[in-house]
Amino acid sequence: MEITEELIKHVAELSRLEFSDDEVETYTKQMDSIINMANELSEVDTEGVEETVQVVDRDTVFREDKPEHWQGQNRETLMENVPEKANGFIKVPVIIEKDDNE
Amino acid sequence: MNFKSTIGLEVHFELKTKSKIFSPSPVSYGAKPNTETNVIDWAMPGVLPMVNKDVYRLGIMVALATNAHVLPTTHFDRKNYFYPDNPKAYQITQFFQPLARDGYIEVEVNGKKKRIGIHEMHIEEDAGKNTHGTNGFSYVDLNRQGVPLLEVVSEPDMETPEEAYAYLEKLRKIVQFTGASDVKMEEGSMRVDTNISIRPAGQKELGTKVEMKNLNSFDHVRRSLAYEQKRQEQVLLSGGRIQVSTRRFDEATGKTVLERVKEGAADYRYFPEPDIAPDHISQEWIDEIAKTLPKSAYERYDDYVNKFGIKPYDANVLLQTKESSDFFDAAVAAGADPTLAANWMNTQVNGYLNDNRVELADVKLTPENLAKMIELIKDGTISSKIAKKVFAETIENGTDPKKYVEEKGMVQLSDLSVLEPMVKKVVDNNPQSVEDFKNGKDRAIGFLVGQIMKETRGKANPKVVNKLLNKELASR
Amino acid sequence: MNYLNETIDSLNKKLASGELSAEDLAKATTENIKETDKKLNAWITVEDDAKPAENLNFAKNKLAGIPIAIKDNIVTNGVKTTAASHILDNFMPMYDATVITKLKDAQATFVGKTNMDEFAMGSSTEHSYFGATHNPWNLDKVPGGSSGGSAAAVAGGQVVAALGSDTGGSIRQPAAFNGIFGIKPTYGRVSRWGLIAFASSLDQIGVMTKRVKDSAEVLNVIAGGDEHDSTVSTREVPDFTKFIGQDVKGLRVAVPKEYMDAVSGEMREVIQKQIDTLKDAGAIINEVSLPHTKYVVPTYYIVASSEASSNLQRYDGIRYGYRAKDAKNLLDVYLKSRSEGFGTEVKRRIMLGSFALSAGSYDKFFRQAAKVRTLICNDFEKIFAENDVIVGPTTTEPAFGIGEEVSDPIKMYNNDILTISANLAGIPAASVPAGLVDGMPVGLQVMAKRFDEGSVFRVADFIERSNKFYEKTPTAMED
Repeated sequence: MEITEELIKHVAELSRLEFSDDEVETYTKQMDSIINMANELSEVDTEGVEETVQVVDRDTVFREDKPEHWQGQNRETLMENVPEKANGFIKVPVIIEKDDNE
Repeated sequence: MNFKSTIGLEVHFELKTKSKIFSPSPVSYGAKPNTETNVIDWAMPGVLPMVNKDVYRLGIMVALATNAHVLPTTHFDRKNYFYPDNPKAYQITQFFQPLARDGYIEVEVNGKKKRIGIHEMHIEEDAGKNTHGTNGFSYVDLNRQGVPLLEVVSEPDMETPEEAYAYLEKLRKIVQFTGASDVKMEEGSMRVDTNISIRPAGQKELGTKVEMKNLNSFDHVRRSLAYEQKRQEQVLLSGGRIQVSTRRFDEATGKTVLERVKEGAADYRYFPEPDIAPDHISQEWIDEIAKTLPKSAYERYDDYVNKFGIKPYDANVLLQTKESSDFFDAAVAAGADPTLAANWMNTQVNGYLNDNRVELADVKLTPENLAKMIELIKDGTISSKIAKKVFAETIENGTDPKKYVEEKGMVQLSDLSVLEPMVKKVVDNNPQSVEDFKNGKDRAIGFLVGQIMKETRGKANPKVVNKLLNKELASR
Repeated sequence: MNYLNETIDSLNKKLASGELSAEDLAKATTENIKETDKKLNAWITVEDDAKPAENLNFAKNKLAGIPIAIKDNIVTNGVKTTAASHILDNFMPMYDATVITKLKDAQATFVGKTNMDEFAMGSSTEHSYFGATHNPWNLDKVPGGSSGGSAAAVAGGQVVAALGSDTGGSIRQPAAFNGIFGIKPTYGRVSRWGLIAFASSLDQIGVMTKRVKDSAEVLNVIAGGDEHDSTVSTREVPDFTKFIGQDVKGLRVAVPKEYMDAVSGEMREVIQKQIDTLKDAGAIINEVSLPHTKYVVPTYYIVASSEASSNLQRYDGIRYGYRAKDAKNLLDVYLKSRSEGFGTEVKRRIMLGSFALSAGSYDKFFRQAAKVRTLICNDFEKIFAENDVIVGPTTTEPAFGIGEEVSDPIKMYNNDILTISANLAGIPAASVPAGLVDGMPVGLQVMAKRFDEGSVFRVADFIERSNKFYEKTPTAMED
């Protein structure tokens, strides 16, 4: 798989990152060598092998449906770090591009 | 040229839990912005999700009610996208191993029965809410973030807007009667997205899909699909090409409007959620839930009409909501005569709710009290006139009808030892009426009943009085 | 006050007898940190007014009144927590990580937060918004990473114990580079609630101390089930100090040839010497193979970066953290806040992860890595069917110079080849000092089967008693 500047720009967009032209060039080169290394994984015969996505000794961990307000976590404390707020809302500049879920 | 339409529906239901799917924050409506939240809902650094058991329970109920197969092992996945109402910038959903697959429901359109397949259903979290201001800013409220959702994805089995409408009606009724969701479109506890493609009759491969999101009502679903059918036909007939796109229904014009053309599929970078262990759903648990599954509206209809002898129209009114049907069932279980209970529910109770713009859950009337009141009417303790007063009292204040009637001295007078002498006396005092009666004037009886009512301040049981008067007059 | 010659036992004795007051200890500790940190830069936040808990119970709580360092990716209520990132450099948490709650219950004294590679991505603690940390054995060398601040703080005698986190070696490699002990427990042994996520399926909080027993004491406190974390085990936590002071007679010790082949010269000799010590003491040494070792680096970088790319999406400038000043619209807020807020290495990993998960790459990279991970787990299972522990070098080389490797990501990533398997398999692993190579410490890695930290402590403690490395003082800390 060839890592092109186009691809890097596309992945940057997915990641909500922006890069200067120089950076795109550097990342393209670096990603190319990283992906080259990752390509080695194709050598491994994984026919019929299950995927491991976590190594846990539990399953089906549920919590009972009990509503609670956590101590010390009221709107004021939760909003202390909000860069811009108004009337109990988080304030953000106008949304000009819509994502698929809206 | 003839065209065939292929329609699929994706319906989101808010599941009726007390707390959110991954955090214990309360689920409530109309709370002040960001007050029903905690560090999990805010996606603060370092937080982890913990699954609410009831979300599964309610989801499994719907799966059972729609003949779907619950998967023995499910796993949550992450759907990645940035939006201010999506604090983690990923939604936890079930993409690879959903809750259930391969269900179906049966609908009837123009007298024709049709089975519509359900491809799969999965549980996931709702997002918060953005309010767009006019001043160049948007405002984010995270109260809704983490409210549990069940998404039911149909097979593309529908061919007409009417079938889509019938499917939605039926699905809503089914879900409503499991009690898993409030299914209110206007409050967002039921949301509908549709997709439709058309192809020339005889062509095998499906046409290009157009999506419509967040439709406000079933009627909009029907109208927008009908409009799209025509629009797409015209595009194809004029040699045009349908674009993969999302369109919006404009209520004012009744037309659909292009929102966005999709350049390839959106890339959500789904992958298994590493913060949640896999969930194994045992057959024992499914069986246990199956036992608690409430009767469906269709089973209840059968009971009402065939067992209780209630008129079909009245049965349908009772079955408008699960709440009213449950209330009725409870009243009958408490001993109420089904026909009388149905009449009271559909006239007096509904009338009261409409007049006061409240819901059954908001008033103090209990099924037990309704049953008691109906019993009092039936055994002649109170007249239907008095019953109205009793009803007003019990629905307003939750007063026990029996006690109320006794305390207020509203008990109907049926005691023969009291009424017999009274009847004699009234007939004695009104010889003219006796004469009239003998001459066949029925009005005479009415006058005499009125006299007795006057005497007893309306408490005399009219049936008994009538009987006694007839007997007395005949003996003269 | 420095801790170069202290242990939790010695401190507990002095505090209990009244020879030392917890208030004075807290004060002397922060004063010493402020002084010595001019050399080390091991801390991001030092409490101005560190105070012990009230009503200290020295008999019940071994850690009562004893200052413990916390890596700055562990959330502390009311104390700035940054993960060494510009994007969180003003973030004030409103809750405590479970390990913090447990340390508070055990009455440990809180003195501050240690430096690290940004979001724990790196193995040198050079990738910190707050500047590089220096190795106490040679200030021109890196302390390793990402828990380099915690390692340097312990090695430099600033504290007796520190919490770190380990996603691919972030506790063990700096422990090796600093001549201290560091343990990454079994995945699921310690709650991750309040650990700022890097790679959720690999991250684990652990302990770094000069002496093996001290880590057992701290792990006793922080391990165990937690209703906030559905991946943490609910099984009983043994008293890990029970495994201290035992012999290794009859213990079956596996030595992977791929690990020994990764080291040469003096480094190999030092490691071999530790293995010989075990053999001389009656342990059974078996040469074994971990055939997929060649693939662990790409497997790890795909899995860890994929999870990281998703975990780090919440840093979007909307609800907390850095928001770019000149953003005019929403897209600008995202692009500028994230591009300005994250450092180069973090952005590189986000890019790699987003790529590996993107349409068209998922099967080839993420899914294939998840499958190879299964094979790596199987390799370990086979070995543990016939062996109690695996030992080998922790790193391929001793600490490198500051600035030497930052520019070559591939070289940097390959450095982790010996430590990342334990994270992929979720097994416990530790590094215990083995000796010096060119005046810099190197470590012996000890791994065991899942939830058998006991065997790790047993072997590490035996090595510690044999080579007495703890008697050495880091060169740059000598007066």
